[in-house]
Amino acid sequence: MMEFLNFYLVPGVVLGCIYALGAIGISLTFGILRFSNFAHGETMTLGVYFTLSLIHLTGLHPLAVMPISMALTAAAVLGMDRAFFKPFRNSPTIMLVIASFGLMLMIRSVIQFFWGVQLQALQTGIQRPWVLLESFRILPKHVLIIGATVVLMMAVHLLLTRTKIGKAMRATSDNPELAALTGIDTELVVKATWIMGASLAVAAGVFLALDTHVETMMGFKLLLPMFAAAILGGIGKPYGAVIGGLVIGIAEEISAYPWIGTEPLLPPGYKAGVAFAIMVAMLIWRPQGLLRGRQF
Amino acid sequence: MTRVLELDGIHGGYGETEILHDINMHVDPGEIVVIVGPNGAGKSTAMKAVFGLLNIRKGAIRLQGADITNTPPQQVVREGVAFVPQSANVFVSLSVEENLEMGAYVSSADPGPRVEEIFQLFPPLREKRRQPTGSLSGGQRQMVAMGKALMLHPKILLLDEPTAGLSPKYRGEIFQIVRDINAAGATILMVEQNAKQALRIAHRGYVLVDGENRYTGTGAELIADDEVARMFLGGGRTT
Repeated sequence: MMEFLNFYLVPGVVLGCIYALGAIGISLTFGILRFSNFAHGETMTLGVYFTLSLIHLTGLHPLAVMPISMALTAAAVLGMDRAFFKPFRNSPTIMLVIASFGLMLMIRSVIQFFWGVQLQALQTGIQRPWVLLESFRILPKHVLIIGATVVLMMAVHLLLTRTKIGKAMRATSDNPELAALTGIDTELVVKATWIMGASLAVAAGVFLALDTHVETMMGFKLLLPMFAAAILGGIGKPYGAVIGGLVIGIAEEISAYPWIGTEPLLPPGYKAGVAFAIMVAMLIWRPQGLLRGRQF
Repeated sequence: MTRVLELDGIHGGYGETEILHDINMHVDPGEIVVIVGPNGAGKSTAMKAVFGLLNIRKGAIRLQGADITNTPPQQVVREGVAFVPQSANVFVSLSVEENLEMGAYVSSADPGPRVEEIFQLFPPLREKRRQPTGSLSGGQRQMVAMGKALMLHPKILLLDEPTAGLSPKYRGEIFQIVRDINAAGATILMVEQNAKQALRIAHRGYVLVDGENRYTGTGAELIADDEVARMFLGGGRTT
């Protein structure tokens, strides 16, 4: 029982937090700009490398420099929107998707050019787990990741429900044509969406880097589970993305638990397949997602 | 007295196709003006022309004398025109109150007091203010859509078939609401399929056929006109 909690459920929740933060951006971009942003994973990677450089420069804790790397990444993403997406605003979706695909390859190459392709770490040294109630063990970084995710989620919730721009974002995601007829400044909403999506992606990337390591493919590897989470929750539904992220993260981790006999149910190497299987199943049987989002 | 809205010899359509060929109409302050006519006559299109959703090739649209021809929708809203589309006219995932707040998006003033006034106009909405609008009945959704449009005291309210898809019971209710908000001071231009009922509450009406004005008159005159009645008001259906 404790083994399940310590080595499967807690890491699953941590992974779920990371997916959830990333999936919010994907879901909002789809809801408001109406395309699948393949460059979202690379946005995440870029934020992690900004954080890495800022840590080298200042020697501060990753979370202390994270707001600055969020701002830098958001600025970069706004620039990319202006250059690569805005010209296609009224074009067929497929052009935006392909543009994002090209952008994904470009960002990754730029990162590899400036920072190199070798594995790096945000923090060095080994953390000892905290032991609670004699047998429940949890790593301090996991507490940090879960706690920071909860804080960020609450901030997102307050922004979406208490501020004018947040309500306008939800309105635009709900019905873009009506939003324009209502006089909502859609370009401002688009900017806010990029800033929010990029900031949360940076947080997701930094948390993943804290949990594992820094490498140039890290964002791309997260793209599939993030899409799966966004689809599971319902496209355009930020709260759905949170639920979807947690479900997929936990499902991936506990799929390796020896439910039957002593062998893992699924070899850990197939973890990524779990997200894919959930995504395919959802698209077939409930394409609107758990929270009735937009259908593909 | 300046006319609130004037369409002066409008020719236009979407892209290359021309749907409107010479539309002339006007709305005076405090009026309910109804546009009726068969399907495909360009009724909704004429309304969309006002809201900058159409490519106008010839003619002019004036709002209180100022030219607003081909002005984009966001700007038209700021000028004081509110448009309630026929379908998908509320944000279903937002609460009733949030929908009303969005109606005042272009204003920087606190929407709170005006939201209360709208609740006085549509009392059933008050108790549902925190509910997602998607959970409301069709008639109540129409109230939200109209309330949202009234938030900024528009100079003119454009209603595109407000009773489409509603049961006869709700239809009467909506026409009563249109009368009430008119009595409260709103000037209204409305497109309707339920021509007879609509003309009964209208001050004036226009019958559009094939993208042109065919008949014009007060609501009562149009109902009494034999030819109009035979062509368009027969069974209340226009197919």
